[in-house]
Amino acid sequence: MSNVPDNLRYRDSHEWIDPQQTPAPVGITDHAQAELTDVVFVDLPKIGTQVSAGQQVCVVESVKAASDIYAPVSGEIVEANDALSADPGLINRDPFGAGWIFKIKPSNAAEADALMNAEAYRKHIG
Amino acid sequence: MSDTETLRQTPLHAVHVGMGARMVPFAGWNMPVQYTGIVEEHKAVRQSVGVFDISHMGQFIVSGKGAEAFLNRVLTNNIAKLTPGQGQYTLLLNAQGGVIDDLIAYRTSEREFFLVVNASRIDADWTHIESQLTEDDDVMMANASDFTAGLAIQGPKAREVAVAVFGNADSFPAHNTILVTMTDSGPMWLCGTGYTGEEGFEFFMPIETAENWFRKIVDAVKSAGGLPCGLGARDTLRLEMGYPLNGNDLSETRTPLQAGLGFFVDLDKGDFTGREALVKQKAEGLPDKLTAFRMTGATPPPRPHYPVAQGDQIVGEVCSGTQSPSLGCGIGMAYLPLSAAAAGSAIEIEIRGRRFPAEVVKKPFYRKPSV
Repeated sequence: MSNVPDNLRYRDSHEWIDPQQTPAPVGITDHAQAELTDVVFVDLPKIGTQVSAGQQVCVVESVKAASDIYAPVSGEIVEANDALSADPGLINRDPFGAGWIFKIKPSNAAEADALMNAEAYRKHIG
Repeated sequence: MSDTETLRQTPLHAVHVGMGARMVPFAGWNMPVQYTGIVEEHKAVRQSVGVFDISHMGQFIVSGKGAEAFLNRVLTNNIAKLTPGQGQYTLLLNAQGGVIDDLIAYRTSEREFFLVVNASRIDADWTHIESQLTEDDDVMMANASDFTAGLAIQGPKAREVAVAVFGNADSFPAHNTILVTMTDSGPMWLCGTGYTGEEGFEFFMPIETAENWFRKIVDAVKSAGGLPCGLGARDTLRLEMGYPLNGNDLSETRTPLQAGLGFFVDLDKGDFTGREALVKQKAEGLPDKLTAFRMTGATPPPRPHYPVAQGDQIVGEVCSGTQSPSLGCGIGMAYLPLSAAAAGSAIEIEIRGRRFPAEVVKKPFYRKPSV
């Protein structure tokens, strides 16, 4: 069973965001990392980029395929997890912790409320 | 969108799903891409042993007094060199010298040959071979693909698995040899070949017996510290050896000489389909060559169709590419002009609009650590 922490919000494309933190960290879920397996490269987003919710912001590459990562909310990318450059496997080992991908300063707090809560995401991944 | 209804299933489909395999379409078949993870399965084959379902592959039996002469007219390698029990890698070409398929041909007796062909090319191969048959040939062809399943057992402990499953070491075929056994359900072929660069064998059997054999072999593989493996690991393993995959690295518009497979083409054995074109190309020089490259530094893995650049020119595109689990870097192959194909040449791979440095290297990418 995949781990789905209660305090996070989720996009249907398997990104999580922690809206209680400012800026808010974003990553991919335990379910997503298990589907990808063996993350070998993360193309990190540029800091200072303005993105809108649902926009493709970076790419996570496994041996199998390249997967687009989408912004769960609109805002400015203010930080990227450089540790992933040296150790992309952090996403597999600790998807909700050390494997965070970027931090975003949301421009509209209401957008996070519209995302799935843990219960809805658990249903989504069945 | 993939049309899963029209995909064919191997006799092991339900077993794969029961084992938690992730299934994907490949060459018209619904095949396991991985059970636990590509890297883990890849390492199992390099370090101990893995078993792959290769039931999608095709098998033809070509027999008769004229079989040797006929196949020598149709295939590139010299089949007359095989004594009963021996096999060889060979190619099936069109008249322009382009590759229709790469295959293994075994001589099972003086007058009978067993061909193992790629799943995606079964129909094309059959049609092409049959079209060259004349009434004077005294040759009979049979397509055993629909009632034959296959398993590949690969890795340094493959022999241990053979002994555990068959009960004796004699049943382990030496490299490039074949053992044929008749059973109550039909013939079984044990072939000393593989697609991983490791010791091992490929085992073809009647489909009704496949599930029983697979379960026995999976148990033996696990007891030896290995894993069942999917097509994902099969692809990374073969690419680390620089083995071509038809459809990616071989095509009907390029010759085996361009693919670096000249070793498997005998221009002196007499005429064969495509020979004239190869002789001409050899005299004129190759326009390009399948070239191995390795990414330098931490980059995204190269993948098929990414452009290859040298200086301000695009000189080719990636045919096969992946992250090498053994080497921990991106590796790939591309048809490049000879000016860019020498080992040590600096090239760049364009990935999502950005260029990443790579270096032309010699094949294979991976060599077994010397003991």
